[in-house]
Order: sequence, then C-alpha cells, then structure tokens
Amino acid sequence: MLAALLRFNFLGGLYMSFLSHLISGVSLGSIYAIIALGYTMVYGIAKMLNFAHGDVIMVGAYVCFFAVSRYDMPVIPSVLLAVAACTALGVFIERLAYKPLRSAPSLAVLITAIGMSYFLQNSAQLLWTSNPKVFSSVVGNGSVKFFDGRLSISYNVIVTVLACIIIMSVLTWFTGRTKMGKAMRACSEDKDAAQLMGINVNATISMTFAIGSALAAVAGVLLCSVYPTLMPTTGSMPGIKAFTAAVFGGIGSIPGALLGGTLLGVIEIFAKAYISTQLSDAIVFLVLIIVLLVKPAGLLGKQVQEKV
Amino acid sequence: MFERGQKTKLAPLPATIFVPERDVDKQPILEAHNLGIDFGGLTALDGFNFAVSPTEIAGLIGPNGAGKTTVFSLLSKVYQPTRGAILLNGRDTMGMSTVQVNRAGIARTFQNIRLFNNLTVEDNVKLGLHNHIKYGMLSGILRTPNYWKQEKSAAMRVKELLSIFNMEHMVGKRAGSLPYGAQRRLEIIRALATGPKVLLLDEPAAGMNPSETDELMENIVKVRDTFQIAIVLIEHDMNLVMGICEGICVLNFGKIIAKGAPGDIQNNPLVIEAYLGRQKKDGQHAES
Repeated sequence: MLAALLRFNFLGGLYMSFLSHLISGVSLGSIYAIIALGYTMVYGIAKMLNFAHGDVIMVGAYVCFFAVSRYDMPVIPSVLLAVAACTALGVFIERLAYKPLRSAPSLAVLITAIGMSYFLQNSAQLLWTSNPKVFSSVVGNGSVKFFDGRLSISYNVIVTVLACIIIMSVLTWFTGRTKMGKAMRACSEDKDAAQLMGINVNATISMTFAIGSALAAVAGVLLCSVYPTLMPTTGSMPGIKAFTAAVFGGIGSIPGALLGGTLLGVIEIFAKAYISTQLSDAIVFLVLIIVLLVKPAGLLGKQVQEKV
Repeated sequence: MFERGQKTKLAPLPATIFVPERDVDKQPILEAHNLGIDFGGLTALDGFNFAVSPTEIAGLIGPNGAGKTTVFSLLSKVYQPTRGAILLNGRDTMGMSTVQVNRAGIARTFQNIRLFNNLTVEDNVKLGLHNHIKYGMLSGILRTPNYWKQEKSAAMRVKELLSIFNMEHMVGKRAGSLPYGAQRRLEIIRALATGPKVLLLDEPAAGMNPSETDELMENIVKVRDTFQIAIVLIEHDMNLVMGICEGICVLNFGKIIAKGAPGDIQNNPLVIEAYLGRQKKDGQHAES
C-alpha cells in the first residue's frame, strides 16, 4: 500500500516535470517563432537572409531596459517605445544597406547583412559597454500554481505564449485578408509583375522589414524577461536559433516559422533536461540536419523547382 | 524635351496610323515620339513613331526579334528609353516608374503568363485593384468599418470584372490551377482592374486553338466597347490581327516598316517580304 503510493507519487512527479519542461519548451519556442517570423517574411519577399535581425532584438531589449530602469517609464509605453525604435531601425537598415543592393548578387547582400550585424553589436558595445545589464521581467516574476503547487507556470511563460498566439493570428489575417498582405504575397511571387500592376515593391519590402523588426523588439523584451542577462551579443545566438527554426519549418512560410520555432524550443529544453545541458545546442542542430536531409525545403516549405 | 506631367502641344503626328471615325476629333491617348533604346551597342528599337487614339484597337506585328515586346516594355517603363518620348494623354511619362505609369493608365499582360499562381483568382484581381482600395495598415489590422467597406466594394468589383469573361464561378480557385485559356483571360481582367486608359496585350492568343481565338477576338472588342479604352496588341495570329485591329504597325529589326489599316498592310510588298511571306512558308509562330 505504502509502496504503491510512493510509486504513484514518483510517477506523478515525473509526469509533472515532463509537463513543466514541455511548457517552458513551448514558451522558448514561442520566442524563437516570433524572431523566425522576421527572417521568414524578409526571405519570402526580398529573397535575402537578414542576419542583422538577431541584433535588432538586442537593440529592442536595450531600449526597453533603459526606458524602464533609467527613465522610470511604465512597462507598456516602454515596450511600445522599443517596438517603435526597432521598426525605425529595421526600415533604416533596409534603406541604408540593402536597398542599394537590390539587384546585386545574393552573396553581396548576405555579406552586407553579416556586416550590419557586427556593426550593430559593436555600436551597442560602444554606446552601452559590454557589461551585462540585469533586465527585470516586464511581467513580474510571479507564477500561477496548479496541482497543489506541483506545477507552476510563470507569468513570463503565459505572456510569451499569448503574445505568440496573438502575433500569429494577426499576421495570418494581415497577409491573407488585407491589400498590403496580398501585395506582400504578390511581391514574393513575381516582383516585376507586381510592379506592373501598380504595386510599389520598394514600399512593400520596407513594410516587411518594419513588421519583422517590430516583432524583433517584442521578442527581445520577452527573451530578456526570461533570460535577464542583457549584453551586446544577447541577440546573436537566439537570432541564429530562430533562423534555424525558420529553415526547419520551411523558410518563407509563416506557419512554418511557428511550427519550426515551437519544435526547436521544445527539443532544446528536452535535450537540456533529459540528455545534457552542454550538448543541447548540438542536439538541436542535429535534428535540423536530419530534417533537412529528409525534407530539404523544411517541414512546411514548398519544393521549389529550379527553372532551367 | 517635354516637361513631365505637363500638357504638351505637338503638331498632329504623321505617326497616327489610323483614326477610327469616332475618335477623329480627339487627341491620341498614347503617342511615341522618335522612341529608341540601345542595349550596350545593340540598337533594339529606333525612330519609333506611333500614336493610338482613345478607343482604337491597334496591332503591333513583326517577325520574331523585331522589337515588339521591347516597345511594350518601354511603354510600361520596364526599360527607360535611350531616345525619344512617350506621351500618355498628352503628358510626358519621362522619368516615371513602372508603378507611376501604371497609375497614370497603362496596364499590360505578358507573353508568357505571369499570374500570381499561388493566390486565388479573386486575390489576383484584387491586386490589380490595389491602388483603388483605400485603407491604411492599421485599419487593416484593426478591421475598422472602412476596411470592411473597402474590401466589400472591391469584392463586388472583382465579380463585375470576372463577369465580363464569364469567370465568376472561378473566384475562389487558385490561379495556377486554372486551364490555360482561363489564365490568359484572368491576366487581361487583372490588367483591366488597374483601371487603364491603354491596355497592352502581349500575344493574347498564343497557344490558343482557332475557336478559342475567335472567342478572344470577341472579348477584346467587348472590353474596348465596355471600358472605352485603347488596346494595343502584339500578335502573330494574322486572323486576329486583321480581324479586329483598326490600325497596324509593322516592325522589323527595330524599325517601323509599314503602318496603316489592315487592308494596306496585307498588300504592302515590304511587309509581305519581311513577314507574311515567311509566315506562310513555315506556318509557325512560336516566339522565344
């Protein structure tokens, strides 16, 4: 009798820890998904990889950090300020660095993007030094308890997942049902034909950068609420992971970014919890390699036939 | 040469190829003055003088590689001309971008169909209406009453436009899944949705069988009558060209070799030598 109870408790504990890992995986994955959207939308429309995207996240987090801690602004206006700053930054980067290369070989654009990434990191280092700042969560550190306190879900997790769901549904609506969204899809299919239909391709690309960068700011704030160390290099690893997530789900596809991001987050947390903390990143990328071997276009990506 | 956007008074053009009686008193809607373009050292088009009256159906013919599609690309500002000027409704289009010239009233279709294949028929036409649907990004996200109103009237306009070619039932289909003929018709509808004054059709009958071509001829005339616009078409199908075009312009090696009404063109020895003679011999009209 006693043995059976113990066993039940033991199994229950295992189940609860599994559940809590799953939840934090989904939460981390939601952040990856929000960042991945920026990569995937820009790739879909401008056919370029914006490697500076990860650093836009970092800038967003810094803006929010300073607004809250130095200027004592309330949380919501600070987040909005970060969003506005990143939107402007994204459009500025596009105008300055990528627009002049619209017809350049894709390799030149890629190198420019990498350069832009280092430029942002080093500017941040100059402006804000490389000393880590401690970011305090924008949603507080409380949590909701379930099952007599055996499972606790922090506010961070709830807000992150909710934000991801809201962003995904708004974006799906936006790209599917509004004229700007349709213009984006048209540009991603055939820029010249879109232009001849009176659609301003440059404005559409700028808008895509604006949306992606606004989302990056949200992701930056959410990310630093969970992992509070803020440094000029904070954005680079999540940036690369989110890029992986975008490729994983099928780059160019919005649902693909959601699926890829969530799966990547869950795999990462499970690998950390059950296999090895040090190896977790290696495992994540191993899964990516296996998926790409089986489905080269990613999980939801369309197989593109090369034009001959 | 001409101030952009300004009304320019020019002497009546000898270039006017044929003015239908109903358009006699009207200024041409589209004029090309001494238009030319070089690609590197190659002169693709030179001394191109041409005018289209407001409700004319004009034909642009010539052997493969004569520069016909180049003319369309110049008119729709895909290329900027090296020499000469294009006047739309008397206004110079110099320096305008593709988007601006489209807003000013030139729309085109493509030799090889370029629909947005992954979008629905409705969305393709709505993209043509893009500049006529007026709401901002925020009202699109927040779904304000203006958004619903605009989208609703756009959807009705799409139905109206599709009904010209009896395609209303295809509204929800993916454009890429339509049969070939329907794709060609949809491309014309999409171009019409932009509200053009001049519609450029690049080989509208390519790949069509004779009965489809007959239907297309009726449709082109119907479009002109309904919308009261000028239509310029490039075509290799002589039945179509001679059947519906009121004025014809023949290009060879980037130069105009003949202009006039269908009857004159058919009997012009230069044309027969450059084009029709060859056309009869091999009977092929595939263009790369």
